[in-house]
Amino acid sequence: MAIKSYIEAVTEALAEEMERDESIFILGEDVGVRGGVFRATAGLIEKFGEQRVMDSPLSESAIVGVSIGAAMVGMRPVAEIQFADFIFPAYNQIVSEAARIRYRTKSDWTVPMTIRAPYGGGVHGALYHSQSVEALFHHVPGIKIVMPSTPYDVKGLLKASIRDNDPVLFFEHKRCYRLIKGEVPEGDYTIEIGKADVKREGTDVTVITYGLMVHYALEAAETLAKEGISTHILDLRTIKPLDREAILEATRLTGKVLIVHEDSKFGGIGAEVSAIISEEALFDLDAPIGRLCGPDVPAMPYSPPQEKFFMLNPTKIADAIRKLAEF
Amino acid sequence: MSKLNHKDLGLTDEQALDLYYYMLLARKIDERFWVLNRAGKIPFVISCQGQEAAQVGAAYALNKETDYLAPYYRDLGCVLVFGQTAEDIMMSAFAKPGDPNSNGRQMPGHFGGRKYRTLSGSSPVTTQFPHAVGAALAAKMRGEQSVVFTSTGEGSSNQGDFHEACNFAAVHKLPVVFYVENNGYAISVPLEKQLGNHNTADRAIGYGFPGYSIDGNDVLEVYQTMKEAADRARRGEGPTLIEARTYRLVPHSSDDDDRSYRSREEVAAAKEKDPLITYAQYLRDKGILTAEGEQKMADDIAKLVNEGTEAAEKAPFFAPEDALTHVYEE
Repeated sequence: MAIKSYIEAVTEALAEEMERDESIFILGEDVGVRGGVFRATAGLIEKFGEQRVMDSPLSESAIVGVSIGAAMVGMRPVAEIQFADFIFPAYNQIVSEAARIRYRTKSDWTVPMTIRAPYGGGVHGALYHSQSVEALFHHVPGIKIVMPSTPYDVKGLLKASIRDNDPVLFFEHKRCYRLIKGEVPEGDYTIEIGKADVKREGTDVTVITYGLMVHYALEAAETLAKEGISTHILDLRTIKPLDREAILEATRLTGKVLIVHEDSKFGGIGAEVSAIISEEALFDLDAPIGRLCGPDVPAMPYSPPQEKFFMLNPTKIADAIRKLAEF
Repeated sequence: MSKLNHKDLGLTDEQALDLYYYMLLARKIDERFWVLNRAGKIPFVISCQGQEAAQVGAAYALNKETDYLAPYYRDLGCVLVFGQTAEDIMMSAFAKPGDPNSNGRQMPGHFGGRKYRTLSGSSPVTTQFPHAVGAALAAKMRGEQSVVFTSTGEGSSNQGDFHEACNFAAVHKLPVVFYVENNGYAISVPLEKQLGNHNTADRAIGYGFPGYSIDGNDVLEVYQTMKEAADRARRGEGPTLIEARTYRLVPHSSDDDDRSYRSREEVAAAKEKDPLITYAQYLRDKGILTAEGEQKMADDIAKLVNEGTEAAEKAPFFAPEDALTHVYEE
């Protein structure tokens, strides 16, 4: 099996899917000749032509709105929003349109569309190139939200998202793009949307997380293993729909849960995960549910020490796990 | 009425009469809505009255086998031309199964329906403009001959999606016709408070495609202009923006009271130019609409509206729990 980077897995999934299905096309800013500002679509215009790898005007609501229209009449667009921070001009199209066209027509019209967007911090991106935006979409029925952590998951889940007959937000952690490498099988495979994955087995504390934080939690677990603390790590992979069974199973395994996400704490994904556990597995808990998240400030500052202060890291996660283990 | 002659536009007498039929059908369905609403039988009405010529003339110029509609909430006349029946519309008004627009999930006027080649619309205005552009992009990619019609009010033309859609379509020379039904009011806000330039068609030049402001009460002028725009789109020459100047003869909706923002004299003056009256006169003058024919048409339409109303009133609702279905693919 080849070792590939997270972003190479994105490109490979796109190329293979476009090869397989002619109705798939890419629409976004700088996706064509430039191959994307992160190079996620590098080489695709050469392979598939400018009609299927289409540079759009700087116009996010049109990128999504045009994709919706094309999807309704049988195409399978993959829209790229250059940074998740810039998705908000398209918020109305995603929430009022894409998410409810199936519902409002009882499936007479549907929107098989994927929206890819790089998110996340730790890249000196400041307030508008670092945000995690998932909580602002998590509440909305009718869309799915996928946030993979490894190249293997990226490829399988992106393929599944493109083939899905409902709109999928596919958020890629931009710090992972070149930092994270892993085994990616050649050829076709998909991973079911809505299924979490155990990234490390353990017995003392369960960490439930997603995205870049999976890797930080794995590092923390490695450190703690030397101290005799055994950490179980569940990677949600899909945050909408949440894998309730996997969350409850991982909870019952250790009775101690730490939810970790880079996004701010208040009203974040952790709140919903915590509510599921409280409703369905309260008496399996041996300690209060912990949440380790970004602070409740608008976004991370450009100032390097302040960015570092905002971001979680393996040390902060290890400290929180240790505290829970000792409870 | 029109300085145009339907024959010069390639319309037969029968087709000229057909235009009137759809206009009258739209008007009669709409009038029934208000009666049903005031009788407490349907919760809401959003009206097409006064804009029938602008709607029927436009949709009639399209090909209902190949083209798509992405209409706005007043476009009853458009969707009737594309095949919806009085019964379909009444099922929607009563929110019953059999409503092809939304299966009773959306308020009336939120048109849609795959079998009528009508994209589903919502309440946030002008969101359908980018959808129309997307459908046009798909048609171009697949080498199909489809033209996509999308419409909105002049108030809604101020939304960002209007601009984003027009610009995108211009860049790719897509087969789409943007249509603004300028009825002078965004609910209560008059033109003077909505638009620095009262002619929305002027915007087209900024996008690099043609724009025409026409008399939306003249069904023949509407037909002619839309036909040219659709032909242009089919030839691969790109989008057109058309503004149809018209007037809404009734309040914005069943929950509005237009006496608070416009004078009765103004409305009375507009009624003199009611497109149904002026076009009927044109047809009578040409000897196409006879007294006998007019009576028969009125009777036929009354029958359709009565039967549609009765069927919708009698039809059962979906079960309450049906509200939980079709969130995702099932």
